[in-house]
Amino acid sequence: MANTTSTTASGGDFTSNLGRIYGLYTGGFIAFIILMAILSAMGVENVVIGYLFMGFTIVIYAVIGVLSRTMHVGEYYVAGRRVPALYNGMATGADWMSAASFIGMAGSLYLLGYDGLGFVLGWTGGYVLVAILVAPYLRKFGAYTVPDFLSARYGGNLARFIGVIVLFSCSFTYVVAQIFGTGLISARFLGIDFNVAVYVGLAGILVCSMLGGMRAVTWTQVAQYIVLIIAYLIPAIWMSTVKTGIPIPQLMQGQALANITALETAQGIAVHHITPFVHGGYDAKNYFLLILCLMVGTASLPHVLMRYFTTPSVREARVSVAWSLLFIFILYFTAPAYAAFAKWTMLDLVASGLTPENIAEKAGWMMRWAAADNTLVQICGKAATDTAAIVAACAEKGVTTLSFADINLNADMIVLATPEMAGMPYVISGLVAAGGLAAALSTADGLLLAIANALSHDIYYKMIDQNAPTSRRLIVSRILLVMVAVLAAYVASTKPSDILSMVSWAFSLAAGGLFPALVLGVWWKRANSTGAVAGMIAGFGITLFYLVMTQYGADFDKATPNMELWWGVKNISSATFGLPVGFAVMIIVSLLTRAPSRDMQDFIEEIRVPRGKQMMEEKIA
Amino acid sequence: MATPDRVSYWNKTKSLMFVMLGLWVFFGYVIHMFVEQLNTIVIFGFPLGFYMAAQGSLIAFVVMLFWFARRQNAIDEEHHVNED
Repeated sequence: MANTTSTTASGGDFTSNLGRIYGLYTGGFIAFIILMAILSAMGVENVVIGYLFMGFTIVIYAVIGVLSRTMHVGEYYVAGRRVPALYNGMATGADWMSAASFIGMAGSLYLLGYDGLGFVLGWTGGYVLVAILVAPYLRKFGAYTVPDFLSARYGGNLARFIGVIVLFSCSFTYVVAQIFGTGLISARFLGIDFNVAVYVGLAGILVCSMLGGMRAVTWTQVAQYIVLIIAYLIPAIWMSTVKTGIPIPQLMQGQALANITALETAQGIAVHHITPFVHGGYDAKNYFLLILCLMVGTASLPHVLMRYFTTPSVREARVSVAWSLLFIFILYFTAPAYAAFAKWTMLDLVASGLTPENIAEKAGWMMRWAAADNTLVQICGKAATDTAAIVAACAEKGVTTLSFADINLNADMIVLATPEMAGMPYVISGLVAAGGLAAALSTADGLLLAIANALSHDIYYKMIDQNAPTSRRLIVSRILLVMVAVLAAYVASTKPSDILSMVSWAFSLAAGGLFPALVLGVWWKRANSTGAVAGMIAGFGITLFYLVMTQYGADFDKATPNMELWWGVKNISSATFGLPVGFAVMIIVSLLTRAPSRDMQDFIEEIRVPRGKQMMEEKIA
Repeated sequence: MATPDRVSYWNKTKSLMFVMLGLWVFFGYVIHMFVEQLNTIVIFGFPLGFYMAAQGSLIAFVVMLFWFARRQNAIDEEHHVNED
């Protein structure tokens, strides 16, 4: 990788050798997988393999984190702005693909069939909006954080402050889901209690992000991308080879779909996997609204946008968005295949003649998952911990032969359980656990950094103490990072909801609160401060109101009925209401109040062209 | 600031943005509204409507973004506003 900007000695060596370093790393990781397979074959216990996989990868991330430690402001906030487009794409891929993509998505596709594809579309198409509407312009401006831009464009700390509130709300919701995911993995594969596992996962997150800020997070995320993509592809390739003889799951998915339909028909399942708009309440309206909210949310989430602050130029920022989507695409177009092969395997299992008496023997993995958490596997409506429990539950319902519908698997366990379901050796399970952990950790790192940066840079430095010395700013940032992380771990330990819902809420909150202000800030010169503030408050307010009222109700008591859905729109698409309201309020209020000054209009002109100095220059400490 | 060249640059940039936005609406929404009709066509076991949501639109998004980066860069250079 050629490096055009001046660099510090160590940084220069590192960036020019990236290809070799990560090539060696990938080879080393594959060698490690083979070593684990040999140990497993020699009879080393499964739980030891699990510990080794998770321990080894976390140690690698920690080493990268420590090596990248920095006390330089530019390095801490934007990795010195010299991350090449391709590597930034990889880091963004890991930043982006969270526990929801890795653990939750294929599971939802398994349960929802075609209707789950709304997540696949929504979480990829948004990058088009990132590239054409937002990222290159924010890069030109030269912000450290998204609220930085809001403050410069909408003159003042009020817009900044509201930006921080929205950022905090969406990123915090999102990070809770990630810590929940690490807890789930640790509980199952390390055999520790979920409430303790949450804090173990937290420790893993902190070692990566605390010392080196954005610089450490960037290079750790590249490493995490490599782990997670290998871990995702191997089981899918394995299943494809076993089932069809051809190791290209994405292509052989067609055959899997044909077999699923045939098995469903034979077993009398009326709702087919491939039939659109019939699963889980996703009618056409909810399907398309979900896609819209996820796509717009993509272009508004601060932890994603800030990744494009780290590229050397505007041009690299644009190319980097394309690389990001390519790396994300590799996982996303595998997920539907993963789900299809898993469903095919399950339907085959049911077709082999399952009874309440023989299921524990034929599918022992279900009992192990049910033992890790009694909500994960339910047979005949009760937790499937052992044969006795299953027989009792099924006798009560009068079930003698188990059908597909009698076995209820939680969406969040399907990816992690698939290796066992398909009879792969335990080493693959360990690998998948390490991959899920990498996905959750990398996203949590990015999110925590976004939150801590907003609090330390926007609130502490810009709003409270403009004369704070650099060292103090960076220490404040680290302390805030730990505090936010501990708070998020506490909330995660209360199991507020499933991973996919929590993540989708974050997208809606970001979309409703930030999208109009970001887009109109670049594309509409007439947008002014009053309009932006009113628009952000209205858009975010409506989204949050709808979300809270329909999920918890005014009294926060789950027992009492919550607010009725408006026109039947699910609350994971809350931005359906916040987005148009935000745009309308911002436009109307802007038009009713004074146009932005001449200086501000020149400022917008400058943001629109790549040439010239970046607009916001930081004093070098 | 608002020289004729800058105005022409911004008009071209805007046109490219709207072309991309149009393609985005097509691959993100329009094509999936016809999923039931497309599903009657089956290739390699894939019903076409299902295929478009699982893979087809995703491929379109990736190709669009690389094309956009090249196109926008050409516009920058044509108007001499590219970075040095």
